[in-house]
Amino acid sequence: MEGLKAVVEALIFASESPLNVDKMADVLEDVDRKDIRDVLSQLVEEYRRETRGFWIVEVAGGYHFRTKNEWSPWIKKMKRGKPSTLTPAVMETLAVIAYRQPVLKAEIDKVRGVDTGGAIKKLLEKKLVRIVGRKDVPGKPIIYGTTQRFLEVFNLRDLSELPTLRELKELQE
Amino acid sequence: MDYEFKLDQFEGPLDLLLFLIRKNKIDIYDIPIALITEQYLKYLEIIRSLNLDEAGEYLVLASTLIHIKSRMLLPVPEEAETEEGEGDPREELVRQLLEYQVFKEAASALETRPVLERDVFRRGSHEGDVEGTPEDEALVEAGIFDLVAALERVIAASGSRELLEIDLEKISLADRINEIMEILAKNKSLTFHELLGEASSKRQIIYTFLAVLDLVKLRMVRAFQNESSGIIRIFLAVEE
Repeated sequence: MEGLKAVVEALIFASESPLNVDKMADVLEDVDRKDIRDVLSQLVEEYRRETRGFWIVEVAGGYHFRTKNEWSPWIKKMKRGKPSTLTPAVMETLAVIAYRQPVLKAEIDKVRGVDTGGAIKKLLEKKLVRIVGRKDVPGKPIIYGTTQRFLEVFNLRDLSELPTLRELKELQE
Repeated sequence: MDYEFKLDQFEGPLDLLLFLIRKNKIDIYDIPIALITEQYLKYLEIIRSLNLDEAGEYLVLASTLIHIKSRMLLPVPEEAETEEGEGDPREELVRQLLEYQVFKEAASALETRPVLERDVFRRGSHEGDVEGTPEDEALVEAGIFDLVAALERVIAASGSRELLEIDLEKISLADRINEIMEILAKNKSLTFHELLGEASSKRQIIYTFLAVLDLVKLRMVRAFQNESSGIIRIFLAVEE
């Protein structure tokens, strides 16, 4: 297709959230997915190479324009607002959910040695974590997992991109 | 926040224990329980004097430590022990500590990633700054809390109208579900408000709400919320 690269670039630019190949293929109808993937990797490469303030990143299963890390001080200055940060307790809880999902609260509590109710609530509010379902055991405890937003916020392509957990054996040193 | 001593420095009993182990340069696989218990109890004393609420969480581990300590003082009978698990009484605690440490590290590893709105930014997303205009409907999937909040708004609004319920209209949840599916099939998407708005009585509002919850649960519809304005839109899950 003539000008495919430009069209794909425009689609990503206009998309609020990461745009995946399926959606692009839907829009572009007759275009082969392979061709879309080809121009995508070209685009990603071009933005990576050029000295621009932003590039195309592969995140949460799609492609999205994001500013490059190094310019964050200026952007923060422009935005003035403080980014909402998560406390270590909430981050730990998020880590347990991310790596252990689908996971029950009792299991998270056990790993952290404290009640994590407050932290989970915070994560639900921030939409980083969601209720995946209920376990079919007495009490029907809630099962938690991470959201698409979690991938977006932490710049992860998918869950497999999570840094691997250190093996317990290595801790010996 | 006034004089809240930063016990948040420790994320809990396991964290405190790890701290003590590091501070004393102790081998985690061979914890001198007597020493650690003593130090742990000292910290617990401080915690108790500062924040009783939190102390509770630290107490359980204190009793575990004391229990382990007492078991280690007892001579190990020659014949292998039966119920209490074989071998070192510290084993379970060490396993728990190691596991906790792994996740603590995983949490810091996550923190170092380029975090959206902290290190990297996307186009024009400006939390709290731009008023949500209908044109820029950034949709995020709405959760149950959002739906409940929206329900509260509608009920509050309808309460201001004078409503007279004359007779009990027989509506069933299944009917309402079918109606909503029909409406959605025609309109493709509706705001939650529109859907509830056409209901005239509290009963109908509630049935509509329940129907939406059911449909979301059955994954027949999907609820999305505009990130800035909070308007919830209901879509048919299967469009094609």
